[in-house]
Amino acid sequence: MPATRLMPTQESDDLIALTREIVDKELRPRVDEAEASATFPREVFRTLGRAGLMSLPYPEELGGGDQPYEVYLQVLEEIASAWASVGVGVSVHALSCFGLFTAGTDEQREQWLPEMLSGEQLGAYCLSEAHAGSDPAAMRTRAVRDGDDYVIDGAKAWTTHGGEADFYKVMARTSDDGGRGISCFLVPAGSPGLTADVPERKMGLTGSTTATMLFDGVRVPAGRRLGDEGQGLPIALAGLDAGRLGIAAVAVGVAQGALDVAVAYAKEREAFGKPVIEHQGLAFLLADMAAAVDSARATYLHAARMRDAGRPYGREASVAKLVATDNASRVTADAVQVLGGAGYTKDFPVERYMRETKVMQIFEGTNQIQRLVISRHLAR
Amino acid sequence: MANIVVLVKYVPDATGDRTFTSDNTVDRVGVDGLLSELDEYAVEEALKVVEAGDGEVTVLTVGPEQAADAVRKALQIGAHKGVHVLDDAIAGSDAAATSLVLAKAIEKIADYDIVMTGLASTDGAMSVVPAMLAERLGLPQLTFASELTIEGDTIRIRRDGDAATETIEASGKMVVSVTDQINEPRYPSFKGIMAAKKKPVETWSIADLGIEASQVGTAAAWTKVLSFEPRPPRTAGEIVTDEGDGGTKLAEYLASKKFV
Repeated sequence: MPATRLMPTQESDDLIALTREIVDKELRPRVDEAEASATFPREVFRTLGRAGLMSLPYPEELGGGDQPYEVYLQVLEEIASAWASVGVGVSVHALSCFGLFTAGTDEQREQWLPEMLSGEQLGAYCLSEAHAGSDPAAMRTRAVRDGDDYVIDGAKAWTTHGGEADFYKVMARTSDDGGRGISCFLVPAGSPGLTADVPERKMGLTGSTTATMLFDGVRVPAGRRLGDEGQGLPIALAGLDAGRLGIAAVAVGVAQGALDVAVAYAKEREAFGKPVIEHQGLAFLLADMAAAVDSARATYLHAARMRDAGRPYGREASVAKLVATDNASRVTADAVQVLGGAGYTKDFPVERYMRETKVMQIFEGTNQIQRLVISRHLAR
Repeated sequence: MANIVVLVKYVPDATGDRTFTSDNTVDRVGVDGLLSELDEYAVEEALKVVEAGDGEVTVLTVGPEQAADAVRKALQIGAHKGVHVLDDAIAGSDAAATSLVLAKAIEKIADYDIVMTGLASTDGAMSVVPAMLAERLGLPQLTFASELTIEGDTIRIRRDGDAATETIEASGKMVVSVTDQINEPRYPSFKGIMAAKKKPVETWSIADLGIEASQVGTAAAWTKVLSFEPRPPRTAGEIVTDEGDGGTKLAEYLASKKFV
């Protein structure tokens, strides 16, 4: 059963219909094979880009869809309900464009943003390092000014689309002044000295390539620096709230997908002479799963509406990310329980959903960091 | 220059539950519906023709209020304008009456070179409307086209039959129906969704077309559905247990059904 949605406009209703059509015809037929063989679905992102789904929250004059987060996130949720790796990819891509959009000059935006937003160019985001995850100010990758260029040396860990992307939004240290010594650069793939390490062998999201990006004397023209020197960390952190909402929507999508499979199975599968959904033990488990999915959706939509209204939404974004990913982790594990032994096999997608949601409690700010953000808001 | 009228139909979603009204006609109001998938091939082919030259694509539908959704979807895919014939009197019309309404509407549109349709609707599945329409309009018909080429004002199509493939051509104004083999319909885009909001859609009644209520609807229908019942569900089938002779048993089964 697709989720019931109250969309704000006729065109956003049509946008959800378009998303479902593309999801059914282009994503669902490919997801099992691509995830099993760890194949990155580059062409799927082009299809989404051509349909205009890679740029929904950006202004129309730059090639975007001018849609509020309330709408964009629900599209993202629909994509993730069929294919988490692609949902994460769309969210990461949107986040990769965010720095140029917020901190770029008009000239920089006009030069690069339309192609990035069309989805023909796929983005990646280089913030974390091996020893600097939750504490990005501890990063060591360095950009040293040399004439009209910067020369970047170092390694950026956990880069989604690492080695697959066409451009990288890179945070690198331009001075030793802690969090104020970091700058942001837009680095094109193929820059000499920029290579991807062997991709990580992950528990889930196997269709999405994650790799450490190695910077060995990578020359970047100063015109590719976004914002002023030292503004990198604020640029990165400004995007994180929006990114957290993206991951919240993706987590709700995967949980919805798991619920749909579990309900369909429970209506078909019989035990003791009747469908298992008619046994209260499983029926109540399914009811709790549905309540968890619906409440997580309401939570991220509230945060999205705060953002759309121009209000501060950092606390709401952290609550949404925490609630949605913790709920998704529980819902997908319960979906395996509903399917019993069958759920533990790779013949059904629920074991994959369970593996996929684990990382959502970790990336885009661990759920411990989310609790830290929320509690700091409470202590104000 | 080719202006094309594409016929589109709003049909019940085949994945949902079908329901019927009290006079045994398909309930088109109380169920989820969509643009008939087979019509998307006609919209795509029409767009390809005008994109290769010039001209405009007008989509035409006859149906209840929700049928505007089918027009809107076609406009989102890329058609230029829409016409919706909406009249309570039309409910329950058979194919002959539907073709009358369509013919009158096409005559009112007037500025067209080609009338293009899908091979059938996914609900009625009769495939007769294109031929009826050609008869009413006095136009040649090229039906079941799996390939279409244009030279000047001549159109040539390939029609794949069970035993033979035919190549047929006609010139001037004509009716063309296309199969689901002719192309790969494009998706709308979000830009298309936004652009469709500004495209003109006219809504006409049968009075606008000079048709009397007595010429359409259930009362004017030449045939009547007396009763219906769901087909019995498939039986469980026969399970062959392989005890070393599985292949032989399968072959025997196929032979008994005259498959081999």
